[in-house]
Amino acid sequence: MSALWVGVFKRDIALAFRQKAELTQPLMFLLMVVTLFPLGVGPGPETLQLIGPGVIWIAAILSSLLGMERLFRDDFQDGSLEQLMLSGVPLYQSVSVKVLCHWLVSFVPLLLLSPLLAMFLNLTMPMYVALIATLLLGTPLLSLVGAIAVGLTVGLQRGGLLLALLLIPVFIPLLIFATSAVDAASMQLAYSAQLAIIGAMLLLAMASAPFAIAYSLKVSQN
Amino acid sequence: MWKWLGQYAKPERAYQLCNTLQPYFAVVAVISLVVGVIWGLAFAPQDYQQGDSFRIIYIHVPSAILSMSTYVAMAVAALVGMVWQWRTAYMTMIAMAPIGAVMTFVALFTGAAWGKPMWGAWWVWDARLTSELILLFLYFGVIALYNAFDDKQQAGKAAGVMALVGVINVPIIHYSVEWWNTLHQGATISKFDKPSIAPEMLWPLLVCLLGFAAFIAAVTVMRLKSEIIRREMHRPWVLEFIKREER
Repeated sequence: MSALWVGVFKRDIALAFRQKAELTQPLMFLLMVVTLFPLGVGPGPETLQLIGPGVIWIAAILSSLLGMERLFRDDFQDGSLEQLMLSGVPLYQSVSVKVLCHWLVSFVPLLLLSPLLAMFLNLTMPMYVALIATLLLGTPLLSLVGAIAVGLTVGLQRGGLLLALLLIPVFIPLLIFATSAVDAASMQLAYSAQLAIIGAMLLLAMASAPFAIAYSLKVSQN
Repeated sequence: MWKWLGQYAKPERAYQLCNTLQPYFAVVAVISLVVGVIWGLAFAPQDYQQGDSFRIIYIHVPSAILSMSTYVAMAVAALVGMVWQWRTAYMTMIAMAPIGAVMTFVALFTGAAWGKPMWGAWWVWDARLTSELILLFLYFGVIALYNAFDDKQQAGKAAGVMALVGVINVPIIHYSVEWWNTLHQGATISKFDKPSIAPEMLWPLLVCLLGFAAFIAAVTVMRLKSEIIRREMHRPWVLEFIKREER
């Protein structure tokens, strides 16, 4: 059974690195969206510091929506998802591995990019630490909850925009808590409460999302 | 204990149940809406601060309360469909979705119309208004997902998953937005929370609430009936039913 997990993991990672464009394009989009804000609202350092956390998080959510479809689309189209369902391993386990791979290949690069974004938007060091902490706790939540909606829309022809419509309202609490944590850090206040809430949401998603993803894939597979 | 409920998984029985229930809901809705609205708009005493403009409460509060209850009812229907594999449960869910969305819109619209004279702005990012707006987005998501599928059986299941994800999120959204608002803006808005409302204002409000609830139930039943007929068009019982109606 664990051999199958390793197999799914290796396959997904290998596939991701063979389609480098699909990995890098959301990141470039993120970088460009963040660049637009200083141009749009003016380069004043105080203004940028004020809007920075929100801008980075909104850009991260939007760019993740662009790359999210990749999670199950190819596997669905070439039939390997169906094979995975028939393999005898409970589907919730294999989709958990797939979601983990998705997080590794799409959000870890985003974390690596974040110092640059923080510099662009003039975040201070405590703000950056808080930003990294919220991204570390929050982006797995994006992957887990996003995968449910991807599972539901994977069989549709034009699922991309629908995916955004479904997910944006669901991501609002995460955005609120994450940006308020960074805001608190900018005022030298404790932000462990916000992190604890994001962590609680993450644990809830980790416990329940794999089953919801497996169910939604079965619905799509019909 | 739930066995008696199981028979309504059959579309034919569900249709008959709808037929029986519809007149009751409709009568209750018409009577209590007429009584409640006239009582509230014409006979309830004026508010000492807001004068007559508070009377929009008789539309605003019932629609706001029921917009959330309808979403919860949708999620319950989705869960029933998922657990017991009832097609009629999914049909009920999707019959309720547009009604709930309209209720949410009514709540937002009356809230804006009330906010203009009271707060001086059509829209403020008040916690309750914001979570109501997000609720509207959640309704849109469920409806859009349902409409995206050609196979309505599959569509019902998919929209059901989304309704359940949404219902877990509704309380999280509500509290996060409340927190966001108090963190960012402070209490700039004097809240409408009064310790209690005078009984002569409360009674018409409760009557209106009952009227709105019965109205939603009646429209749900009507929509469910047409949904059942649309899906079961090819079944013999529908053909027989239509022949009987024609006579």
